[in-house]
Amino acid sequence: MDAQAPIVIDAVSHTYRPPRGRSVLALDDVSLEVHPREFVALLGPSGCGKSTLLYLIGGFLPVERGRILVDGSPVAGPGPDRGIVFQHFALFPWKTVRANVLYGLERAGLPRGEREARAQSFIDLVGLSGFEDAYPSHLSGGMKQRAAIARTLAVDPKTLLMDEPFGALDAQTRSLMQGELLAIWRRTPKTVIFVTHDVQEAVYLSDRVAVMSARPGRIKTIIDTRFDKSDPHCFKTKTFIDKVDEIWDLVRVEAMKAQEARA
Amino acid sequence: MKQTFLRYSPILLLTLAWEAAARLGLGAAFDLPPPSAVLVAWIGLLRDGDLVTNGAASLYRGAAGLGLAIVIGAVLGIVMAWWRPVRVALEPLVEIFYPLPKSALIPVTALWLGFGDGSKILLIFLGCMLPVTLGAFNGARASDRTLVWSARSMGAGRVRMLWDVVVPSALPELLNGIRTALALAFILLVSAELIVSQRGFGNLIGILGDNGSYDAMFAVVLTVAFLGFAADRVYQVLTARVLAWRE
Repeated sequence: MDAQAPIVIDAVSHTYRPPRGRSVLALDDVSLEVHPREFVALLGPSGCGKSTLLYLIGGFLPVERGRILVDGSPVAGPGPDRGIVFQHFALFPWKTVRANVLYGLERAGLPRGEREARAQSFIDLVGLSGFEDAYPSHLSGGMKQRAAIARTLAVDPKTLLMDEPFGALDAQTRSLMQGELLAIWRRTPKTVIFVTHDVQEAVYLSDRVAVMSARPGRIKTIIDTRFDKSDPHCFKTKTFIDKVDEIWDLVRVEAMKAQEARA
Repeated sequence: MKQTFLRYSPILLLTLAWEAAARLGLGAAFDLPPPSAVLVAWIGLLRDGDLVTNGAASLYRGAAGLGLAIVIGAVLGIVMAWWRPVRVALEPLVEIFYPLPKSALIPVTALWLGFGDGSKILLIFLGCMLPVTLGAFNGARASDRTLVWSARSMGAGRVRMLWDVVVPSALPELLNGIRTALALAFILLVSAELIVSQRGFGNLIGILGDNGSYDAMFAVVLTVAFLGFAADRVYQVLTARVLAWRE
């Protein structure tokens, strides 16, 4: 496989057809290229189709119009080359933390010893040592998301799809997890596509932010957000604040449109 | 232990009151023998083997019918939930069959398979399958799509995902359906044996009643009641263990 091939989203449209009610155009002619090991945020008001775009890349929904190329070939379904982390964790509730992390490694057919060692190293990486035998129902939200991230990373996907992964966490946990995600990403660089509606989060984490319009979702602008973020206090720098303001102005218009459409 | 005793103490009190009422001659008016006489009759039935032979026949029929209902019902429910053509074909049949009083099938199954084990097994199978099917169906339909997608993105194929995600997702509702089926199995078993059978608890109750051996008849009725209660308790303990992850 060519490690250098970008993810190409080319003129993709998507219509939701619920069993009852009218069909909705969720994505309208979206094109985007994500480079290898790049961290791109998809930012937009709720209902703008940013999660839909992520599910299309993941292969969970069929690409009906346009095309999506991952590693040079069109997406034909889900696969272990694209790991996903959901807002509500999606841990298997009947499995312990360890068994959850082991799941993908079993599917990959790794030998037992290697599986165990690898699962343990990722549990340690996300700071869940000592909770290996706990069921998800016994963990806090932040711990659940750590477990889910460990489970996804353990499979070593080239691309990490993240669907508002910190959206269900309290503010402190969220900012802690953002820092940890960046640290992990710097150690094991992967292509990351990160869906969020939090402007600060998008600016802090990503190399580029794709700002999406209200429904039907289009990519309105792509803004470069690469600057030095190694300082934990980079939130307070002028560069950071200016970027956030710039993007906020773009998003505010769309959020208002989205609200009018709902009213 | 003490808690259990306290919990069931009303039964003990009722038994004592019943004994007292029967001794005072109040029971005769309702053909209600005293519990002490019922106990004596129970020991007698146990000694001469009537209880064991008939009980074994009943338990075999019940277990076979219920076992078939659980296996086939669960598979059917999950396949219905995940494969549209099967759902379209079977949903109306399930809807029509579900409210039918299954005891109406007693003469039908006897006509097809006679008075022996076969007709009881078929009856219990038919009567108990739908609650299991519906439990599995509803549980499987409610599977969280993000769990399904997670499994698929970690390399699980469709069938593997069905087994690893949909089946455990369906389990709580499926186990509930099986509990309903367990109670139904007892009802259908004893009714069928009362009406068309030469062996079994129901048959024994009928014979003893016809002979006027009310002490012994009550002994068998209470045995069946106790077995039904015990089966449900054991089942609940097992369920709680299987679903320990839920808490």
